[in-house]
Amino acid sequence: MDLILVAVISLGVIGLISAVILFVASKKFAVYEDPRIAQVAEVLPQANCGGCGFPGCNGFASACVKAADAGSLEGKLCPAGGTPTMEKIAAILGMEAVASEPKIAVVRCNGSCENRPRTAVYDGAKSCAIAHTTSGGETACAFGCLGCGDCVEACKFDAIHMNPETGLPEVDEEKCTACGACAKACPRRIIEIRPKGKNSRRMVVMCVNKDKGAIANKACKVSCIGCGKCVKVCPFEAITLENNLAYIDPAKCKSCRKCEPECPKGAIHAVNFPPRKPKVEAPADTTPKAAPAPKAEAVKAPEAPKAEA
Amino acid sequence: MKTFRIGGVHPAENKLSAGKAIETLALPKQAVFPLSQHIGAPATAIVKKGDVVKVGTKIAEAGGFVSAAIFSSVSGKVNKVDSIIDASGYRKPAIFIDVDGDEWEETIDRSTTLVKECNLKPEEIVAKIKDAGVVGMGGACFPTHVKLSPPPGCKAECVIINAVECEPYLTADHRLMLEKADEILVGVSILMKAVNVTKGYIGIENNKPDAIKLMTEKAAQYSNIEIVPLKVKYPQGGEKQLIDAVIARQVPAPPAIPINVGAVVQNVGTAYAVYEAVQKNKPLFERVVTVTGKSVKNPSNFLTRMGTPMSQLIEAAGGLPEDTGKVIGGGPMMGKALLNTEVPICKGSSGVLLMNDKEAARAAESPCIRCAKCVSVCPMGLEPFLLATLSAKKDWERVEKEDVMSCIECGSCQFTCPSHRYLLDYIRLGKGTVGGIIRARNAKK
Amino acid sequence: MANKLIVSLSPHVHSGDSVQKNMYGVIIALLPALLVSFYMFGLGAVVVTLTSVAACVFFEWAITKFILKREACTICDGSAALTGLLLAFNLPSNLPLWIIIIGALFAIGVGKMTFGGLGCNPFNPALVGRIFLLISFPVQMTSWPTVQQWTAYTDAETGATPLALMKMAVNGDTTALSQLPDTMSLFLGNNPGCIGEVSALALLLGLAYMLWKKIISWHIPVSILATVFVFAGLLNLIDPVAYASPLAHLFTGGLMLGAIFMATDYVTSPMTHKGMIIYGVAIGFLTVVIRNFGAYPEGMSFAIFIMNAFTPLINTYCKPKRFGEVKK
Repeated sequence: MDLILVAVISLGVIGLISAVILFVASKKFAVYEDPRIAQVAEVLPQANCGGCGFPGCNGFASACVKAADAGSLEGKLCPAGGTPTMEKIAAILGMEAVASEPKIAVVRCNGSCENRPRTAVYDGAKSCAIAHTTSGGETACAFGCLGCGDCVEACKFDAIHMNPETGLPEVDEEKCTACGACAKACPRRIIEIRPKGKNSRRMVVMCVNKDKGAIANKACKVSCIGCGKCVKVCPFEAITLENNLAYIDPAKCKSCRKCEPECPKGAIHAVNFPPRKPKVEAPADTTPKAAPAPKAEAVKAPEAPKAEA
Repeated sequence: MKTFRIGGVHPAENKLSAGKAIETLALPKQAVFPLSQHIGAPATAIVKKGDVVKVGTKIAEAGGFVSAAIFSSVSGKVNKVDSIIDASGYRKPAIFIDVDGDEWEETIDRSTTLVKECNLKPEEIVAKIKDAGVVGMGGACFPTHVKLSPPPGCKAECVIINAVECEPYLTADHRLMLEKADEILVGVSILMKAVNVTKGYIGIENNKPDAIKLMTEKAAQYSNIEIVPLKVKYPQGGEKQLIDAVIARQVPAPPAIPINVGAVVQNVGTAYAVYEAVQKNKPLFERVVTVTGKSVKNPSNFLTRMGTPMSQLIEAAGGLPEDTGKVIGGGPMMGKALLNTEVPICKGSSGVLLMNDKEAARAAESPCIRCAKCVSVCPMGLEPFLLATLSAKKDWERVEKEDVMSCIECGSCQFTCPSHRYLLDYIRLGKGTVGGIIRARNAKK
Repeated sequence: MANKLIVSLSPHVHSGDSVQKNMYGVIIALLPALLVSFYMFGLGAVVVTLTSVAACVFFEWAITKFILKREACTICDGSAALTGLLLAFNLPSNLPLWIIIIGALFAIGVGKMTFGGLGCNPFNPALVGRIFLLISFPVQMTSWPTVQQWTAYTDAETGATPLALMKMAVNGDTTALSQLPDTMSLFLGNNPGCIGEVSALALLLGLAYMLWKKIISWHIPVSILATVFVFAGLLNLIDPVAYASPLAHLFTGGLMLGAIFMATDYVTSPMTHKGMIIYGVAIGFLTVVIRNFGAYPEGMSFAIFIMNAFTPLINTYCKPKRFGEVKK
């Protein structure tokens, strides 16, 4: 009996002393963390994609809390979660959500095997970054997609895949969160994070070639040759021409689609628009992003720019 | 026999054109001069369309201290200032000149008499070298006048001439030594005078016994120039390896440079260019180029004007074989595979190497078996297998910690890898990325 | 021009070395020992060797194809055949077929393929197989037939190996060492033991071939053999009755086989010369310790196994000397 009593008492005392030490330690060495950070982190996707520009989701959460204390959530956006997530965060922090447009990754190159004849063979490690340092690439276009799939590897959401037929990456619009990892991975900066547009409809120049017209024209059937026709036709001054390359400013573009038929090389794509009036032959729907550009236009293309150049 | 102490490989030498005397190549119809033919800032064009130039006319001004001027190698009219795909595989700005006759600038001494005496002061020599647009002719194309101007606190102790030509196939330097021995030795004396040293070494690998013999005989007439025969081992022509082989000093890891151990290293072709620039007032506009390859009909050494398209050299050597799979500017270990044969000869073009389909294709990669052969051949004492793996995993912090910046990209690791792994592809990626990170960090400071 | 030009980064040439060349080179280096084993153990050696090699190659093929479902066939690189040969060399010549097949399955299946195949295994697969068999079937694995029973297989008469005698000496039998065969016959291989380990001479021929062909460097075998010689020599000096002479240690058991062929396995040995020497010295030391003070008469395989586990650590801390590095 004594034995049991001694055991119980001694263990009890040890437990008590430990408890006191633990209590003191937890008070004395406590690191204060704003409880809101944990709350905010909870509604984040926790993919740690880094698309927000902060080190992981927890980094973003603490940045949001800090920003809320400073007065505004402006400029903070979780690209993966989008507006719904930002609204939740705003609610937690008692702020007003700053509306942000949903965005998406856009591959601005249409130089498929068919459009862009191969002029050389790259033989080396399967990495765009390495192929980019080796030479201008397998085609005469030193700006276009290299097709080794660095963007596919970079995507944490399984939203971008190589199409073996075209040799180009394709973005899965459902899955893409516009985190920008692919855009960062692309050594040629072909992928752009653009506003998704109303009803996911948007106008894009599907080319990043900055060579002079004649050279760009020779390199690829669907390259931008910098002729400037689209700039002239745009009623909203949304298109600029720089370094022989047209660019549609998504903030100014009103999706009127006037530029699309004007492009002699079919480099301007209207994405996700319903097909134009029935006189256009069945829209080339083989690829999700294939433009419903009139075929006649594309065939004529090679001649038109020669006059320009 | 002396050689460097760490690593090294011995690729098949294949010096097919060693017995062929240097021939002068005919003038091209059009010469093209890319504006960045050297390490550093690109040159700035000072001619425009329609300008008439002579042989030796300056057509582009140095774009900064680490840069070099470019001179026309032909006489004629500037056709355009446009762009051309150069050895990098990208389109770069270049001057196009239509050739018309062969009229030289009057200041150039075209006689072949040897001018031994040089009474210029060191600064004057360096200025003259700079004004002639001389760069390292071994392939790296580092502006020579920069190397001859030691940074404050450093004192040159000796000049080492790189006549190793450790790249397989290439024989341009070998032939130059056999045919222009005296000029080279005068050039070496001038270089020694320019950096104010009394000791000059010329390192030659012993697969060129005729050159060693001739140079040793001739060097007796010049004071303080010693010929150092070296054991054949790649990459002995690497600056750091050569210093280790000749004077047994090792340059510490970057950012240290050879001058930190008192050595100024110059290529033998550069020594010849220096002689011509200082003694003959002739700017750098022509060089010896080896055209070679197992499938080439007549492997040859051509004295070529800069700006000549490589296709013309290949034609002169017997034409482009049907089964050509790769055209390489430079040697097989460090040369660049070219996108087409219209790439012009530049200051650093030491050779044109043709490979057929079978030679050119790389074998498929197989898993690393950790045989450690790459570690034992690395001349810089690195672990290539580790650097390549870390680079592939994009762990840049560790890549930097494993001293990737010391890599000289000699290719010994990939050459020797039994699994045919693309080690250097990945290491280059790592080195490039880490280099960028370091520059960004320094810029912040 | 008929073809499109190939562009790739330098170097554009290759030494022509390949995994196959190295693997078959090791197999060629093993041939002298194989021939000696056929001479010493006759039919048994032939049966065991063929079974082991065939089983290893089969398991490699089957696992790659049906479990890993990989397209590329890896049996041509010779690594599986080499594992089979080395496993056979570590087995007595009277071992029943089913045990050999289990050993091969374990060596290839667990020792190699579970880790991802060639280049990924932390332990030498043949050793994994041998140690598994040694622990699972201690009786069959430690009854070695005496030499020159050419037509016998599992029915061969067995005898005490030199190592067993040496162990008895350590345990107090003062007459055991005098029963050891003379050093010359140990050197030539005229004594009971595993198939491949008996003839030190044949194994040294293999070493010479591999050094000549630059398949391995000298660091690992030499450091192991030197350590064993020195350490066993010291013990012998202290008490010549209990501890056998260093030469007897060198020429008996799996020491030569282990030092030349097992410890030098590319995948599981350190990458730098400094690391290789540390690894070799540790193996030699552990071998002598286990032989003289452990439960088993032979310690080579355990010593290599233990040091295999330390290889990643050695690789982390033994960096090659960088060019221009100043000694601190």
